[in-house]
Amino acid sequence: MDTDAALASRLASDLEAGFPDLVDQHQDRLYTIALRLLGDRRDAEEVAQDALVRAFRAMQGYGHDRVAALRLRPWLASIAVNLARNRRRRADDRLPPSQLEPLLDSGFDIAVDARSGPEHGAARRETQRELALALLRLTPTVRAAIVLRHVDGLSVTETAEALGRPEGTIKAQVHRGLRELRVALEVDAAQTRPTPTRTHAARLLPALEAIR
Amino acid sequence: MTTMPLTDAALEAALRELRVEAPAGLAFGALVATGLADRYAAIDTPLGRAFVAWNGRGVSWVGRAPDGVTFESRFRAEVGRDIAPATAVPERLATAISRRLAGDRRVRIPLDLRGHTPFEVAVWMKALEIPRGEVRPYGWIAAEIGKPRAVRAVGTALAHNPVPLVVPCHRVVRSDGMIGQYSMGGPDAKRRVLGSEGLDTAWLEAEAAAGHRYTGSDTTHIVCHPTCRDARRVTDRHRVMFPSLAAAAAAGYRPCRHCRPVSLSAAAA
Repeated sequence: MDTDAALASRLASDLEAGFPDLVDQHQDRLYTIALRLLGDRRDAEEVAQDALVRAFRAMQGYGHDRVAALRLRPWLASIAVNLARNRRRRADDRLPPSQLEPLLDSGFDIAVDARSGPEHGAARRETQRELALALLRLTPTVRAAIVLRHVDGLSVTETAEALGRPEGTIKAQVHRGLRELRVALEVDAAQTRPTPTRTHAARLLPALEAIR
Repeated sequence: MTTMPLTDAALEAALRELRVEAPAGLAFGALVATGLADRYAAIDTPLGRAFVAWNGRGVSWVGRAPDGVTFESRFRAEVGRDIAPATAVPERLATAISRRLAGDRRVRIPLDLRGHTPFEVAVWMKALEIPRGEVRPYGWIAAEIGKPRAVRAVGTALAHNPVPLVVPCHRVVRSDGMIGQYSMGGPDAKRRVLGSEGLDTAWLEAEAAAGHRYTGSDTTHIVCHPTCRDARRVTDRHRVMFPSLAAAAAAGYRPCRHCRPVSLSAAAA
């Protein structure tokens, strides 16, 4: 991306002067990636901030040419994905998955689109919440591919670069992820139909309260 | 109730809408962690309330100010970085600072001294070696860092100490024994800080006025700075005061290995 190439060359010539712009331009996407991988806002904030700090320290150790040649979007994404993976491993040590899942926080209320009307917004919010939860139930490998390719919007090439997997593998994982998400949402829709007011998220709430 | 996104295009569009904005503090937190911005909070000191600023590299600034806003604007003007208040000093840092103020020189406090000259940093690091409740002349610092003629520059460097109290520039006094200047509020503030460390500044200044620069013991024949802990153990009966190291040497005294007194040139102010 052009703005990224320009930013990389500025970072190469003066890291400290350019870094605030990098933070400004990439903080939302790094936070989004971490949130959609982990499902917890506080963890996501720490991971996104840590990713920025690690990027800064890495660039401090790189020479001018290496920084100038960085493809910032996939590179930063790969740092965030690795930090999220380490954090999830620690989280898995603390709680068995059966207890972890109800604690997952879809983080959706921040994603409300102000442009849509209140009724439209409420309906879409439900869909989005279910989608965010369905995303968290994918295997970590497939989830990372979907989050980078379709939430963050990296190309297949960039996703492959960020995750260190061949492009063919990424395509297959994205395909599988989309299929599983569609199935999950269709199942939810089918289950919801008899009592339309009780969405999946609403059914999850008592479990959430019990654990908190 | 909800329209299910069944096509890939609809599903992809819904996934794009899962993008969210980062929380408000994230960007600033990243800048603080990398040392491109700072946070600050109030701390209690022997001079009353002061403010301490820090970032991911360490403590960057200590100063007195009537309020946080004044401290912030001074910091921005002087350091040139953005700064925002924190609710409190991080616990580890707060503990380290209070232990350092209580005289524990072993406690490590990371300092962010970027933008200062190696000479200034050398002066400040040397000041850190002076024990609590003791003082050394400017010329001693100059000699110890291998720049015996740079006494005036040592004074200037100490006046520019960005982290007073944490780096105890108040423990460096004029070579004639007088208290000298202090960036945290002049000689009176310096007397107060030294007093809080158990040093009797009235006694120190009286000795200086009487021309007593060094303290010797007629049992050990060792000569010290008057505030050296070894000098203060000498009983009245055995104490011998000297106006200069040369006079002490002539009387057969050798310099203390702890406080390492040096000959100060007449030019030393």
